Amino acid sequence: MLRGDEMSGLPPPFSDWFAARGWAPRRHQLEMIAAAQGGEHALLIAPTGGGKTLAGFLPSLIGLSRTPADQRPQGVHTLYLSPLKALSVDVARNLTTPAFEMGLDVRIETRTGDTGQAKRQRQKVLPPEILLTTPEQLALFCAWEGARAWFQALDTVVIDEVHALWHGKRGDLLALGLARLQAFRPNLRRVGLSATVDDPGKIAAWLSPGGAPVRRIQGDPGTPAQIDILMSGGRVPWAGHTAEHAMEEVYEAIRRSRLTLVFVNTRWQAEFAFQRLWALNEDDLPIALHHGSLAAEQRRKVEAAMARGALRAVVCTSTLDLGIDWGDVDLVIQLAAPKGASRLTQRIGRANHRLDEPSRALLVPANRFEMLECQAAREAALEGSYDQEPMRTGTLDTLAQHIMGVACGEPFEMEALHREVTSAEPYRDLSYEQFEEVADLVATGGYALRTYDRFARIVKGRDGRWKARNAMIAQRHRMNVGAIVGAGTLNIRQAIGRKGRLSGGRKVGEAEEWYFEQLSEGDTFIFAGQVWRFLGISGTDVFVTPAPHSEPKIPSWGGSKFPLATSLAERVRGMIQDREHWAVLPEDVREWLELQERKSHIPDAEEMLVETFPRGSRWFLMAYPFEGRLAHTTLAMLLTRRLDRMGVGPLGFVVSDYGLSIWTVEPTDSLDLDELFDQDMLGDDLDAWMDESFLMKRAFRNCALVSGLIERRVPGGEKTGRQVTFSTDLIYDVLRRHQPDHLLLRCARADAAGGMLDVGRLSDMLARIRGRIAHTRLERPSAFSVPLLTQIGRERVGGSAQDLILERQAEAILIAEAEA
Amino acid sequence: MNAQLVRRSPCQGLAMRLMGEAAVLRCSGALWLPELGVLAVADLHLEKGSAFAVRGQMLPPYDTRATLARLEAEVADLTPRQVVFMGDTFHDGDGAGRLAGDDRARLETMAGRVDLVWIAGNHDREGAQGLPGRTVAEIGAGAITLVHEPTLGEAPGQAAGHLHPCARVAAHGRSVRARCFLTDGERLILPAFGAYTGGLNVRDEAYAGLFRQTPWAGMIGRDRVHAVAWGKLLPEGADQFRRKKREASKPVSMAMRTARTP
Repeated sequence: MLRGDEMSGLPPPFSDWFAARGWAPRRHQLEMIAAAQGGEHALLIAPTGGGKTLAGFLPSLIGLSRTPADQRPQGVHTLYLSPLKALSVDVARNLTTPAFEMGLDVRIETRTGDTGQAKRQRQKVLPPEILLTTPEQLALFCAWEGARAWFQALDTVVIDEVHALWHGKRGDLLALGLARLQAFRPNLRRVGLSATVDDPGKIAAWLSPGGAPVRRIQGDPGTPAQIDILMSGGRVPWAGHTAEHAMEEVYEAIRRSRLTLVFVNTRWQAEFAFQRLWALNEDDLPIALHHGSLAAEQRRKVEAAMARGALRAVVCTSTLDLGIDWGDVDLVIQLAAPKGASRLTQRIGRANHRLDEPSRALLVPANRFEMLECQAAREAALEGSYDQEPMRTGTLDTLAQHIMGVACGEPFEMEALHREVTSAEPYRDLSYEQFEEVADLVATGGYALRTYDRFARIVKGRDGRWKARNAMIAQRHRMNVGAIVGAGTLNIRQAIGRKGRLSGGRKVGEAEEWYFEQLSEGDTFIFAGQVWRFLGISGTDVFVTPAPHSEPKIPSWGGSKFPLATSLAERVRGMIQDREHWAVLPEDVREWLELQERKSHIPDAEEMLVETFPRGSRWFLMAYPFEGRLAHTTLAMLLTRRLDRMGVGPLGFVVSDYGLSIWTVEPTDSLDLDELFDQDMLGDDLDAWMDESFLMKRAFRNCALVSGLIERRVPGGEKTGRQVTFSTDLIYDVLRRHQPDHLLLRCARADAAGGMLDVGRLSDMLARIRGRIAHTRLERPSAFSVPLLTQIGRERVGGSAQDLILERQAEAILIAEAEA
Repeated sequence: MNAQLVRRSPCQGLAMRLMGEAAVLRCSGALWLPELGVLAVADLHLEKGSAFAVRGQMLPPYDTRATLARLEAEVADLTPRQVVFMGDTFHDGDGAGRLAGDDRARLETMAGRVDLVWIAGNHDREGAQGLPGRTVAEIGAGAITLVHEPTLGEAPGQAAGHLHPCARVAAHGRSVRARCFLTDGERLILPAFGAYTGGLNVRDEAYAGLFRQTPWAGMIGRDRVHAVAWGKLLPEGADQFRRKKREASKPVSMAMRTARTP
């Protein structure tokens, strides 16, 4: 910290405010002010709790305070973008207080998907000086008529948690939106706020407009965290994702702490943990629940209660990963493995936002593999080792959406917009020809058969500039802005009225459509911490009624939605083969490893273990590559295809982050495994399979929605996920046959091969294990196989299995009739 | 229905008797009446892609040729005397006008070899305008009457489309959804033949009361049609198609009744 006389750079209201609290601005906060004075773009990298957000806003507050409110130009001065709606709301609260205390007359407002219509309208006429919002809103601003004028006073854009934003399609769309803002205001200053990352250079490059220099400012490192792993006294289960066995210990830890955040990886795990903790809650501790499916109002309540200090624990998902304080958290519990060292560090940072005290964290592995993973994650976090994200090339479906947005905002010239787009780092190398192809996709769908020219969505005016064909087209685009296309979600509503005449009451929250497909009328389930009875679905509404005294029909969880990070997987493999390292593990897990060693085999770090055994009327083939769920799914799909061709009759498969299991009709113990796992599966097999696969269809659907080829929302009703899936599947089949090199098919293949299939990772793995497959032929399941065997797979099997299922049901009516 | 009356046809379709007439439920979704030389297809919804493009959604413009190619393959395989389009052949009234030149030429070539009969549907009430062949409200084929929309209540001998039947079955914790025929041996509902056509689950109430005996589904698999008993067919959750279907139903029933020749 700095002494008072070093605060001279601060104008009086600010230095007085610090002094009155006995505080001094931190070094990096002053450096941020200096960067602003020099008109430099800046990237601040600091651990959580370093006054990072204030550092981002201080220059803007100082700038605004220099001019009396009535003499400032009207319009947004500082635009703040954060990955989460909740974060914007929270930062607004934490900014308004000091601004008020400093006596600054600055209008600070938020605008998110939850903002009411009246406030939105008012903001359009009378913009706040500091506006806090999300990247999706920025995409929407770009599509406004008059956006350029609305941003006429824009001075600074602050991108918070930029490390969580820059990557992926969302990062692409944001980079394009920033390029648009920069075109509106060439002197616009960009400021990025990031958590500690391995390579800040990549983020700085992403942040930079057209390669302009970005000043990097490093915050002071925090005190090392104190990370413990719950050993559960010899009761770590073999399988499962819920960590149910440890709930009493978790509850005890909550009791001994002031405020605990209990992080889980999925919302259903959150519901489950919340339910179990309340069942144990004899002291009536105020324990709350926070996840993305809950109604916004409900989440706001929980956040406010945290800030007031009225809670003792919050069970939460990644919705609370990011951001500044909602309360005085002194313990973070990670329930089930964190899947990546960076995520773990981020979550641990949520405890104790003071740099001089260590954050306290407790990792609770849900099963024995996770015990290994938690150990590995702990070691990585303590060493300060983080997962790396590669640089990326901007996606073209996202660009299509942006081009349409620009056309809705104001007429544009092709060449000028191309130049603007290439100033965004992900699109740096985009050629004019590629750009034109995307513009053609926007206009007419980009088809070789040019029958749609007369229906084009964007048209060239007499002045040579392009614009949206009409107001309706623009309106529909604005309804569909955004880069995140989740699974279809349904609104959960408390039903009013009786069976047969249901109508929607209070909205309880929303959840993925697939979940409800597995429920039948009358089934009970947990949501928002309560038990509900499922009554039925109508349109996008799920009708439920409270069932307070029922035993819930526990949903099947999908485990973690994040795949195991590469670096962490490597550590886990290393730990398994290093017997001395086993000493850090609890006794039951050690015994489990020893059992595996005795009955099957412990692979060394370069080997891959494959086990085969019969069970019931089937044969099981287990493989343990430790390459994460996505790469395993791809591998299992390709193996299934091969096994099908070999006549082994694959029936299905399941995967985990650690391995995969395929079950077959015929024995698999005498197969040539080197041939089965040969790298050539990534050639024709991959191409052939991808074209037919469900994942490819899902990727295509996503690209079609992002690019605007298909609209999710149309005036007068929203399509549910399944309806969109159904029609895009048909479109996919037709397009694949008639124009296999169509731009969106190329986008979908790239997406599927990257994010969804992890082909790169699979390819590295297949190369690594070549000639290094250890095969054990067993008579019964091994220690390693149990977690997989108890898991239920949700991925469909391609190929002939679809017909096999039909076949099985096609019990002959004939026989029944003949016997009648 | 008698056991030996349902068997696999050589093309892996299902051979059966419909009101005593030999009938094959083809993998393509077409109905083939071999003894009469009649090939019937329902709900092609040609030019659905361009109907969306008019409104700003640029669906691939290849649906018409995809659908026609499948029909041409059936015609080449079976050499029918007559092809009956059982209504909703075009997605909208202007559909025939939007046909690409080569797609129109394919239909004209087909008309040179076989007798084309267009039944008017609720999407294309005027039938196929400007195309060879005749437009009718319904047409008989032996003991069978081919219509677009199934008449409510029992109607032995009637084969219809309109409903776009599909069915869902589950096994091993997974479910499969596929287009299907629905029949009790006296009456038949055909699946939609068009490339972009969605489906309405056969457990929907729109099918209630149509069959005298419990029907079974001929679910269309990759290379065969699977006979699945009613008890195995699962209902669907949300289905907005259903609502649209019901709204569309009423006026056309009346239109059809008035259009019917005495």
